[in-house]
Amino acid sequence: MSVPLPYYLGLSAILFTVGVAGVLIRRNAIVVFMCIELMLNSVNLMLVAFSSYLGDVTGQVLVLLVMAVAAAEAAVGLAIVIALFRNSRTVNINEINILKW
Amino acid sequence: MTPEILLFFFIAAIAVATAVLMVLQRNPVMSAIYLIGNFFCLAAFYLLLRAQLLAVLQVAVYTGAIMVLVIFVIMLLNLGNEAQLLEHFSLKAGVGIALVCGLLLEIFYVVFADKPSALPAPLTPSNLGTVESIGSALFGKFLLPFEVTSILLLAAIVGAVVLAKKHN
Repeated sequence: MSVPLPYYLGLSAILFTVGVAGVLIRRNAIVVFMCIELMLNSVNLMLVAFSSYLGDVTGQVLVLLVMAVAAAEAAVGLAIVIALFRNSRTVNINEINILKW
Repeated sequence: MTPEILLFFFIAAIAVATAVLMVLQRNPVMSAIYLIGNFFCLAAFYLLLRAQLLAVLQVAVYTGAIMVLVIFVIMLLNLGNEAQLLEHFSLKAGVGIALVCGLLLEIFYVVFADKPSALPAPLTPSNLGTVESIGSALFGKFLLPFEVTSILLLAAIVGAVVLAKKHN
């Protein structure tokens, strides 16, 4: 007997909320970015679990596309962080507030 | 308690522990290493779910490429430890934690309450997660997203180079 589906869904929910907590609490821009990756991975886990339990390969293809998008987002996001650091010498998101009125 | 369920709980404990430790670390490199451990746990879950290609891709793409890129950037910016995780117990962090607990309760309610009927028995065909099945789906039904992804990656490469190069 294999693992019931709700176990995977519960684990995915827990990982997602840990990622959300990290995005809300942390001030280092790169750690915030890593928490976003954690959220994406929790959704990937849920997609693969459903794909395995419904016998449909669509979920796994979607996970593949999500991985490609996450890689692109990682490259561009980190380039933005580097450019930001070059201008303001900090990655603390509380101090990068020049758009605030 | 079959061995598979025991293995699931063991890997799940490690995954949740590494995720929580990643959020609470002050050193960004240690955060990255805990996240790499979390990704390895997820690759083990993909193997448990018989998604072989995705397990390999998880290790190769996420841990091998994205996390290496993140560690490069951390080293390049020469970031030190965060001085203190929270300077003072700010109201923003408290509201954030409360909202996160609310989100978790909401997700658990949606997933576990009001089950209309029993879940169907898992009917995984034996070749579900293999390269051939994903390949035939990717080049058949999902050909357009696949081609558009290649354009997306090209745009991301150009964008990253333009953003990160030094402008003299």
